[in-house]
Amino acid sequence: MTSTIEATVPAIVVGGYLGAGKTTLVNHLLRHADGQRIAVLVNDFGEVSIDAALIEGADGDVLALAGGCICCSFGADLVGTLQRVLGREPPPQQLVIECSGVGLPAAVARSARLAVGLRVDGVVTVLDAETMQTLAADRYVGDIVRQQIADADWLVLNKSDLCDAAALAARRAWLAAHWPATPVVDASRGAVSPALMFGPRRVAPTDGDDEPDWAPRPLRTMAALPRADERFTHEQRRFEAPVDLAALLQALQAEPDLMRVKGWVRALDGRRYLVQVVGRRVSAVPLPAAALPGTDRLSVIRRVEPGVGEACA
Amino acid sequence: MLAPMAADPITIFRARRILTMNPSRPAATHVAVRDGRILGAGALDELRGWGAHTLDERFAEQVLMPGLVEGHSHLMAGSLWHYTYCGYFDLRDPDGRLWAGAPTLDAVVAQLQRASAGGADDAPIVGWGFDPIYFDGRRCTRHDLDRVSATRPVGVLHASGHILNVNTAALQRAGFLRSGIDHPAFPLGDDGLPTGELKGPEAMLPVLDHVGLNRSFLSGDEFGIRAFGKLCVRAGVTTATDLAATLADAEVDTQLAITGEASYPVRLVPLLRLIGLKPAEAVARAVALRERSTERLSLGRIKVVADGSIQGFSARLRWPGYFNGARNGLWYTAPEAMSECYALALQHGVQVHTHTNGDEATDLALDCMTQALAAQSAPDHRFTLQHVQLADAAQFRRMKALGLCVNLFANHHFYWGDQHRAITVGPERAERMNACATALREGVPLAIHSDAPITPLAPLFTAWCAVNRRTASGHVLGAAERIGVADALRAITLGAAYTLKLDGEIGSIECGKRADFCVLEDDPTTVDPAALKDVRVWGTVQGGRVFPAA
Repeated sequence: MTSTIEATVPAIVVGGYLGAGKTTLVNHLLRHADGQRIAVLVNDFGEVSIDAALIEGADGDVLALAGGCICCSFGADLVGTLQRVLGREPPPQQLVIECSGVGLPAAVARSARLAVGLRVDGVVTVLDAETMQTLAADRYVGDIVRQQIADADWLVLNKSDLCDAAALAARRAWLAAHWPATPVVDASRGAVSPALMFGPRRVAPTDGDDEPDWAPRPLRTMAALPRADERFTHEQRRFEAPVDLAALLQALQAEPDLMRVKGWVRALDGRRYLVQVVGRRVSAVPLPAAALPGTDRLSVIRRVEPGVGEACA
Repeated sequence: MLAPMAADPITIFRARRILTMNPSRPAATHVAVRDGRILGAGALDELRGWGAHTLDERFAEQVLMPGLVEGHSHLMAGSLWHYTYCGYFDLRDPDGRLWAGAPTLDAVVAQLQRASAGGADDAPIVGWGFDPIYFDGRRCTRHDLDRVSATRPVGVLHASGHILNVNTAALQRAGFLRSGIDHPAFPLGDDGLPTGELKGPEAMLPVLDHVGLNRSFLSGDEFGIRAFGKLCVRAGVTTATDLAATLADAEVDTQLAITGEASYPVRLVPLLRLIGLKPAEAVARAVALRERSTERLSLGRIKVVADGSIQGFSARLRWPGYFNGARNGLWYTAPEAMSECYALALQHGVQVHTHTNGDEATDLALDCMTQALAAQSAPDHRFTLQHVQLADAAQFRRMKALGLCVNLFANHHFYWGDQHRAITVGPERAERMNACATALREGVPLAIHSDAPITPLAPLFTAWCAVNRRTASGHVLGAAERIGVADALRAITLGAAYTLKLDGEIGSIECGKRADFCVLEDDPTTVDPAALKDVRVWGTVQGGRVFPAA
């Protein structure tokens, strides 16, 4: 079944300096693909090591991975590679574009948007908690590393298990001082939940309801997150009446601790919009009139401080 | 005791003058050749002692010098002749036909119209070498190229290789004739649609296929390798690099087959580029390729690209950066990968050539090499920096200390020097670009290059550039960095051979070396240095085989 909204394949761009753990994170996503056909595009096979246990075969420049996922390198031709990947049968359901370690993710995202049939949902930059500040001050690559951070909608502070609490707090304080609007999520060994990376997922109805549903992905991989004090909750927000879209977006922008929001609402102009929050980025894209019957709702993943709200499953 | 072998026949060539580049006997009148190698250069009486010979007098009116060595070129220089030349300057094709330069955009359009005559209804029309910087700021748009054809896709590649102009049909076929595009590589017209100027690989590459330029043209197909050979003969070149190839098995097989043909006139030296391979894989591949080397295909070296280009503002510059305030460029290879590549290459005796343009990229390459050499002593590694356009004297001193060679982009000065002075780096740094005199003064082994097809393959023109430092506007840019004719001639023979570790075999005319000669109608050491580029090339002798250009 291909609904109108799924005719646009969502993509996320993963940036970060060499050694930050981008590929480890991508491997984690592939291991938890949960039946979803993910296509991973890497800049250069020379820079990454896709988990050998996931590789089922190679066909030219394309690695066939477990569960119908694929990986290919794009080199200088991101747009052409994206078009070829989107033209595959069956098409991928989720794209992950991994930048080169010295690449600028916003520039990659901008180029990716040139391809027809995909939607760039956001940019995530992975940082090595141990080395990030040294790198950000490096004579040769400091400007690149700082730009990679500035480009991000949210940040993964990877290898946080290798830092003590004080060091980690200092890293967060430094990030908050320079990029106050950008949420930061701790991780170790690249273990970031697909729910955070890809957002809530559209699933078949399970509750007797005859309409498809936006549901959060299983958050079970949250258990892999090392920080006991960093938890996530998910909730559904239903909208019975058309909303003032601008006001809604503004409210979402202002709401603290929102990590990921995905869903649709009907605006006062009568049209439905796909509404998303990806870290600091809030967006709304109009949907075709016939798309997605049923209740308007947003699926929301929030970070909660310890002792507040429910712990994740 | 070994049985005596039947000796191959000896040919003694007589020439008006032989410039040997061998300082102990710099000039001679005769050179004796056997088995494709030089028995000796000197007077006929001295050479008779080698035994029975044939005296070949066909070069009695010509001047011989060592076969020229192009230390930085690309096989694409041959492949591009599939398509129509659209450059501003006159240029000869591989068969010697003169293509007049197109001085205006209208002339380019007319050139393409002529080339398109008789083509199939949907056949692409492709031009190359386009350089609208000489057109007083007039930019080419799809509407200009629509005059070539409203229905067939038209594409024109710029001389820099970094920009492609296409017509409306090509844009439409590639799916980019739409509004809402928001990307710096796609300038938009007043109608909100792309103008057809595609600025950079992210915009060019998805369109290339639609104008009939597929990727294989970059790496040298059979036509291209043969055409490249002809270009070399016309330029007096007997050894030339393909500086950055993917060197997949099929590509190597093709190169082995073609260079193995008895009539192929050049020794090719393709370097394996680091892109797409981990440093360890690249070094292992280079070691394996080295074993497949033949007399006319020398394999086993690696090319690393550190940064982009200065005129494209993608080179990495040190403080104070670009003259026009453009933001600093990009790293094309991560510093860690460079360091790892150098360390492994030193361990395995693999030579690495590194492209740096901006002075910050040169600093980084020097730092990485310092580190690698501290960990692994490697006498005579001859790691070479390519282009190194903006290096200052202190950097040349570091190169000397590290045992590096340089191959400077002398031609660039002529074609883009005016732009560097006005826009990219400003007057002072433009004068020190491609600092040949500083390299020689500081004792850094020097070669100079064309980067063909970016500029034409013609080492004597390259030597002229280094000697005169004139820009296209006629301005002498950086008079203090001019070098003498003798130094320039050395740079395009022994100098370039040295950077490839081939100076024991080629680069001078002396006993034991290959019989590779550049055959000239004029003596480059006696013409006016301002006329060095006009020295006429008769052809070459390569491995004792004679190749007339005409």
